Amino acid sequence: MSNAASPAPAVTKEEPGGALSFYGVWLIAAAALVVLPLIFSSGGSLTSFSLIGIAIIFALSYNILLGQTGLLSFGHAVQYGLGGFLAVHMMNAVASHNWPIPLPAIPLIGGIGGLAFALLVGWVMTKRAGTVFAMISLGIGELVASSSLILRSVFGGESGITTDRTALMPLFGWTFGPQLQVYYLIAFWVLISAIAMYALTRTPLGRICNAVRDNPERVEFIGYDPHVVRYLAYGFAGFFAGIAGGLTAINFEIANSAYLGATQSGFVLFAAFIGGTAYFFGPILGAILVTYLQLGLTNVTSVSLLYFGIIFIGIVMFAPGGIAGLLMKHRPLIRAGSLGMVIPSYLVAAIPTLAFALGAILTIETVARYSGGEGEGSTINLLGIPFVATAPATWAAAAFLLVGGYLVARLTWLRVAEAWDRAATVARDRGYLA
Amino acid sequence: MAELIVISTLNGVLFGMLLFLLSSGLTVIFSMMGVLNFAHASFYMLGAFFGYQLTRWIGFWPALVLAPLLVGAVGMAVERYGLRNTHKHGHVAELLLTFGLAYAIEEIVSMVWGKSPMDYRIPAALDFPAFTVFSTNYPAYKIFMLVVSVTIFVALLIALKRTRVGLIVQAALTHPSMVGHLGHNVGRVFMLVFGVGSALAGLAGVIAGPSLVTQSDMAGLLGPILFVVIVFGGLGSLPGAFIASLLIGLIQTFAVALNGSLASLFGPLDPGLGPSPLTDIWNVTVAQIAPILPYLLLVLVLIFRPMGLLGTRES
Amino acid sequence: MTAAIEVKAVDKSFGNVGIIRDLNLSVAKGERHAIIGPNGAGKSTTFNLISGHIKPTSGEIRLNGDVISGLRPFEINRRGLSRSFQVTNVFARMTVWENVRCGVLWATGHRYAFWKNVDNLPEVKQRTARILDDIHLSHRRDVPAGLLTYAEQRELEIGITIAGGASVIMLDEPTAGMSHAETDRAVALIRRLTEGRTLVIVEHDMSVVFGLADRISVLVYGNIIASGTPDEIRGNPKVKEAYLGEEID
Repeated sequence: MSNAASPAPAVTKEEPGGALSFYGVWLIAAAALVVLPLIFSSGGSLTSFSLIGIAIIFALSYNILLGQTGLLSFGHAVQYGLGGFLAVHMMNAVASHNWPIPLPAIPLIGGIGGLAFALLVGWVMTKRAGTVFAMISLGIGELVASSSLILRSVFGGESGITTDRTALMPLFGWTFGPQLQVYYLIAFWVLISAIAMYALTRTPLGRICNAVRDNPERVEFIGYDPHVVRYLAYGFAGFFAGIAGGLTAINFEIANSAYLGATQSGFVLFAAFIGGTAYFFGPILGAILVTYLQLGLTNVTSVSLLYFGIIFIGIVMFAPGGIAGLLMKHRPLIRAGSLGMVIPSYLVAAIPTLAFALGAILTIETVARYSGGEGEGSTINLLGIPFVATAPATWAAAAFLLVGGYLVARLTWLRVAEAWDRAATVARDRGYLA
Repeated sequence: MAELIVISTLNGVLFGMLLFLLSSGLTVIFSMMGVLNFAHASFYMLGAFFGYQLTRWIGFWPALVLAPLLVGAVGMAVERYGLRNTHKHGHVAELLLTFGLAYAIEEIVSMVWGKSPMDYRIPAALDFPAFTVFSTNYPAYKIFMLVVSVTIFVALLIALKRTRVGLIVQAALTHPSMVGHLGHNVGRVFMLVFGVGSALAGLAGVIAGPSLVTQSDMAGLLGPILFVVIVFGGLGSLPGAFIASLLIGLIQTFAVALNGSLASLFGPLDPGLGPSPLTDIWNVTVAQIAPILPYLLLVLVLIFRPMGLLGTRES
Repeated sequence: MTAAIEVKAVDKSFGNVGIIRDLNLSVAKGERHAIIGPNGAGKSTTFNLISGHIKPTSGEIRLNGDVISGLRPFEINRRGLSRSFQVTNVFARMTVWENVRCGVLWATGHRYAFWKNVDNLPEVKQRTARILDDIHLSHRRDVPAGLLTYAEQRELEIGITIAGGASVIMLDEPTAGMSHAETDRAVALIRRLTEGRTLVIVEHDMSVVFGLADRISVLVYGNIIASGTPDEIRGNPKVKEAYLGEEID
């Protein structure tokens, strides 16, 4: 984590051909977005890709706050949700007045909604950073979520407000009825937003945001008001969250108060943090992983949220740099050619760690089925092996994997740490590690 | 009207004292360790569920003692094996750890006990009306809750003034930066304080469980209000937390009891206007906006007194 | 000619405790002025008062003739006063290059700009490179500041402080904790970098103070008991009695 220096991605400017590989990354990303639905063309994967795309924008917007400016928000879904509601109202208005506004412009309206609310409440909120900001963002989140249930005419109460995305004027013959067209609309905005947010990190404001994150007190003595810096960052984060909200509204053709709520705010925090906040691409990884897990886990387990909580706790405790931080930690080793020194220890550690994880899963599922509804199937299907939740043999297996896996894993991870020290020493000697 | 005032004041003070049982622990933990324990309300929930379960197994009175101790033990384990290892990554990581924990605890509770409310009943010995104010019977159990919370409050005050750990806590409240210089047993003091804070939250859960609803979403409902209380009172200020607890307890209780709306005060709006935010606001009752009142208060205090009521601290 | 810094009858108390009492100080433009005094005399508090970190209880502070007491630190900084910190106070996760560049940005007029690429600002680039060169940290430009050695961090601290081109530079114990060789290097650095600017420095090392300063003020218990050239201070009996004694001879 300590060598996770700048939040820039893997490209740094002193490498020859830096500009080329910089544009290359975005070109590859664009190509991937275009080609993906051609390879995985089923309806299910299109829906997944659409959701992942929205999550990427949302998580990146969150990282403007947490990773770039050091502001921990528990209420980021407010801007997202309000963007969604504004987008829905706008779509309905456009459809009923026949305004010549095509659907692809709607997310921008959502963004403006998010921005407007962020600018409205942001000045008071960003007066202070740290814990106080975190608590205030939580309070504002609750305030807006509760108010949305009172202002029924705007937010539609419990059921929300629906819209019809095909009622807007078609663009080049596209009606945006089919999911594929919606996917491309989302992909377009993902690319634009990601480039814009990356560019933001390379501006004077973006760099001063980093300075405020590192040391707000010192910033005051180089001419900057940290309050203004935080406020601007809050506005940008709100804008891009609103775009994500607008895309969600288009995707589901509905906006409801759940968009604004604590669950959604927690989701984006999980995605950004699990992915890693110190690097620009971290939240992208996190958004992909968390959305994928969310979609995948709900089908196989009734306690998917518990797994999220546990994964999150694990990341906070053992890898606060997130997945991106873990990956980037290996970069100096790769450059120094000493990565091979740690790989064997990883492989050895993987076996008991996997056993431990399986034990944990088996334990959780056993408890869930045992105490949950008896009517539901009490057989746990893990790696193709059926476990009966009520059988003592299952409990014994779970306990054995959990305890045994833990004890052995501990030993093997000590070996990993030793191997790491040796590999890092080599990297340091060769000048790839400060 | 007089009846409403008396009953609501009693209920408001009761709710306020309950909030203080929670916010006092949260404040002390924050002052000493710099950690805002997001899972504090989850300990309260654990208290209620442990209380419910133990009441079914061994009866209410043993549960009243045992459940908070269990919750305290959970808290100490969290401090020892979670927070202490996360400390090196900074306060944001610590806050996030407790956030993840709150999440996990809620899921575990609903996994074990389900999502519907528990049948956690008031003990028979206390199930009678204590007195009658204007035709309303005031339940003895509520008086019991009040007595327990006031007793704890007094006991805390004495402990704070008279014991060694109490003096350390006091010093930490006024001079947060000096906690680091406490010497070799600082880890133990932290663990103890965290344990006691969690146990207090657990106790609040045990006694509130039968009176309020014992359900897996109770932490999620109370948690944000708790944070409003301590930000409103001023982070790290125990008297501030006390005043804010009572204030928010009273305001919420009174709001819930009031059924008036702008429409009932000034007459209904012209029905020809159709639905709009104005009609929404016009017709909403005070009781309906009760849940958002704490947050409105929070916004107001932030505008006019960013440090909180009695706060002195920047962050 | 107006003084660069003019402190008039400033008091500062925390609660009932008066830390600074009736402080008067005048620093002429282009002067190198050292503030010395025993521990707890209020030297850092004086720095904090002038730079806007804390507000005086009463009294007035002027920078180049304009009243600055009561202004926020960034407002004072924009008027041309920049300070360093006794405890190293850099942007730990950012590289050396970015640390210095942050110090350059406001002064070069880029402010809160979010429409310019920070890497494509030739003026910012040149100035940052020159300062890195000045503080001998060019070879460490891509190292995160948090990983520098202590002496390097102190040099970076000075670099950030002078980066904005302020006319008045205030350095709070710039050589504290440095070895002899490092101190000599730092003094040469300070002398060169503050050429043509006003310098106010708090320092414990008397060889640094007497080698560098044009004028010296002696602060004891929140009050300046003497102010003058190094020779005057050496010969001042009040100073000898209160604080310095044999240290100067």
